[in-house]
Amino acid sequence: MTIIPKDEFNTQGRNGITRRRVLVGTGALIVSFAIAPHVSAQPQPAPPAAAPEPPQLPGSLNDARRLDSWIRIDAEGEITVFTGKVELGQGIKTALRQVAAEELEVEPGEINLVTADTGRTPDEGFTAGSQSMQNSGTAIRNAAAQVREILITEAARRWNVPRETLRAEAKSIVAQDGRTIGYGELVTDQLLAVEAQPESLLKSPDKLRVMGQSLPRVDIPGKVTGGVAYVQDLRLEGMLHARVVRPPSPSAQLQEVDTAAVEQMPGVVSVIRDGSFLAVVAEGEFQAISAMRALQQAARWTEQPVLPDQNNLQAFLEATKGDIGTVAEEGSPEVTGKIFEATFRRPYQIHGSIGPSCAVAHMDNGQLTVWSHTQGVYPDQEAIAEMLGMDIAQVRVIHMEGSGCYGHNGADDAAADAALIASAVPGRPIRVQWMREDEHAWEPFGPAMLTKIRAGVGDDGRITGWNYELWSNLHSSRPGGAGNLLAARHRAQAFAVPAPRFNISQSGNGDRNANPLYVFPNRRVLWHYVPETPLRVSALRALGAYANVFSIESTMDELALLAGTDPVEFRLRHLEDPRARAVVERAAEEFGWSSGAPKGDRGRGFAFARYKNHAAYLAVALELELERETGRTRVSRAVAAIDSGEAVNPDGIRNQTQGGIIQATSWTLFEQVTFDNTRVTSTDWSSYPILRFPSAPDSVEVHVIDSPGQPFLGTGEAAQGPTPAAIGNAFRQLTGVRLYDLPFTRERVKQAIGV
Amino acid sequence: MAISLNVNGETHEIDVDPATPLLYVLRNDLELNAAKFGCGLGQCGACTVVVDGEAVLSCVTPVSLMEGREITTVEGLGTIEEPGPLQAAFMEMQAAQCGYCIPGMMMSAHVLLRKNAEPSDREIRDALMTNLCRCGTHMRILAAIRRAGELMQQASAPTERRAG
Ligand code: FES
Ligand code: FES
Repeated sequence: MTIIPKDEFNTQGRNGITRRRVLVGTGALIVSFAIAPHVSAQPQPAPPAAAPEPPQLPGSLNDARRLDSWIRIDAEGEITVFTGKVELGQGIKTALRQVAAEELEVEPGEINLVTADTGRTPDEGFTAGSQSMQNSGTAIRNAAAQVREILITEAARRWNVPRETLRAEAKSIVAQDGRTIGYGELVTDQLLAVEAQPESLLKSPDKLRVMGQSLPRVDIPGKVTGGVAYVQDLRLEGMLHARVVRPPSPSAQLQEVDTAAVEQMPGVVSVIRDGSFLAVVAEGEFQAISAMRALQQAARWTEQPVLPDQNNLQAFLEATKGDIGTVAEEGSPEVTGKIFEATFRRPYQIHGSIGPSCAVAHMDNGQLTVWSHTQGVYPDQEAIAEMLGMDIAQVRVIHMEGSGCYGHNGADDAAADAALIASAVPGRPIRVQWMREDEHAWEPFGPAMLTKIRAGVGDDGRITGWNYELWSNLHSSRPGGAGNLLAARHRAQAFAVPAPRFNISQSGNGDRNANPLYVFPNRRVLWHYVPETPLRVSALRALGAYANVFSIESTMDELALLAGTDPVEFRLRHLEDPRARAVVERAAEEFGWSSGAPKGDRGRGFAFARYKNHAAYLAVALELELERETGRTRVSRAVAAIDSGEAVNPDGIRNQTQGGIIQATSWTLFEQVTFDNTRVTSTDWSSYPILRFPSAPDSVEVHVIDSPGQPFLGTGEAAQGPTPAAIGNAFRQLTGVRLYDLPFTRERVKQAIGV
Repeated sequence: MAISLNVNGETHEIDVDPATPLLYVLRNDLELNAAKFGCGLGQCGACTVVVDGEAVLSCVTPVSLMEGREITTVEGLGTIEEPGPLQAAFMEMQAAQCGYCIPGMMMSAHVLLRKNAEPSDREIRDALMTNLCRCGTHMRILAAIRRAGELMQQASAPTERRAG
């Protein structure tokens, strides 16, 4: 076993490489949206090596450094903004338009926005980690401000007046004497084909018109009237439907399959077998499904009992021989005073998007185009090209929205399925949609985790020391590398699963939020890395923060009890960051927090975290009701306060945070992947239940604390950690019993309270 | 087999395997996007449509049973330019994150509101029992349905409109 010291690793980009890919094109290139693939992905050759290290640019500008990679204006003054980030249901299409419109002094409706497309947009890696606003929002805001200033300078030059006398307004530059000139007239040739500057003249917080407004989301009208909104809705001329027959278990290998009968079924165009990859293509969708079912019957597999004991995941995790990483170390690891000691466990859980993964791929004269709801078009392009042995320039990946995305789900795999099938059946677009059981059993799960805490509180009511260990896989197995695509793994010429690289990074992974933000003298936080992945795992919203904050914030309540202090007061006693204190105080106040005994069958719980310890601050107070006879629990009321930096669209922040609280409630009360020693057995919504309407709260209130002029901190994952802890704390307050095992199923609840 | 389907007030002649679930006919033959595939098992409600005034899970309903029935999908509630009250209410309340579950929610709500424009919170939750939302948009969906009930009463106009 090796102990990896904290600072030995730097935070790295995807693949450890910093990408610098810029789009070809001039500032005045006219861009119109077309679904048909025309532009092939042509990464621009790297600029001639300039000797000095280029300056750090804001957000993703640092990777795609030319202004016209982000913003183009045509001769008619049409403005197009490009982002490498994708809409996941988080409202990014609306918020990015607001940011661009603000600095360009136009209306959000006047901005055309193109999201991730390897043929057209900058490479911003993955849309993940609640970083769209930090990366893309920051880049676009700065680029827009710089474009505005360039336009002003150009008008000043043409009119030969001092630039200070000019201002931007409604797509024009306006002079003091009332003369105006449109953006379209000003932008010629190479005006915007310049590298961005490190500093921008951003509008001051008191001058903002559209940022900070709760503008309605641009995508909702189409979605509630039957418009084409998702890749699932894409219908191309001549499109065929395909289904994949997934193996019955993670270890299964296809022995034999007689495809003759299936090939004769109505509408069937082709049966594809490549190693353990088995798929069928048909004219009609239901024909493809019927043929897939018949193939499933015909296929013979060999399977191995390689899965751990679902009822003793602790033993599986503790048996690991992996490295141990030091996440934090300060003072002495000894813990004194009144001591709380506990072990917490989290099961495997799924993303479980309501719409199973889907993709369309078209191999046309050696050019492959894939439409996918992936979180990363560029990484997918690379992985698919590798899987098919194609040149990267022959593969274009275009993002289209899918059903809600909460991390690395089946999107990339469905894209690979479609690509592989399209390469076998070229000439016509191929649409693949996963079945429900494919999604439940084959998407990468959020990993099981084990945490152990030993912490103490002194006579002065302050924490003396904190000893925390966690056991976890890495929570990321994204492409990067064809081997992370199911289709590539299952082919006869199988691509090996790339070994993930264990490291301790600033944003954290399994150890995300493992180090409490609270101030006290002694701490040691260790991550026992579990390299064994009998079940496929990857990023699920908040990664390790879900289990870590659950453990930490449960512990905080126990320590508060040992100290004889109110839990909110106890937290404030250990928080120095004023923004952290502000969300805690605000949530407590809006909730009407009091230390009194529980009312009837409703307990009160509180929790706080700053996501990743450097992103959004969130505190939540909630009320939990318990039906003792049945063990049924329900969050009846939740009140949260969030500070995610400068708020671009407060209602968007509320919407996502309400969603985060309800989803995390569902994880916490209902969810766990089940399996026997060979197969995953939770393959639909009855074997993997989630929260339904009767269990939804009566109200979920979110108070947004705006921090004008502060960096965007992201919103999407902030509630995932505090919510389970607040629920556990409410249960503890109500019953006197602490729950250590997620989820808090009825059986566990009944057992805990002795019913 | 040739089947005649009445969808959103229009009649379509379809030639299709009679065992085909209605969902695939709506989505692929009629190119209607609103009803969604979610599970194909009758567990999630993403595919909900209205047949003769009742909510039906189109993923498990063979198209052969639909002859002579009146089928309504979200497209039949109004258009983006002229949204019906349910659609207007979902827009007003910003009741969507990814939105994938929303058409199914609207169909279940449509059936409820046609019977009772002032449902209790409990009645709305019961009507949405089958409909799953993974984004956690529940509170806004409930609010939008209450709002749609108000809009319907205000207008006291027919709750169902035909798309042209
Ligand atoms: S798709 Fe019909 S109930 Fe889920
Ligand atoms: S809004 Fe995404 S599933 Fe309901």
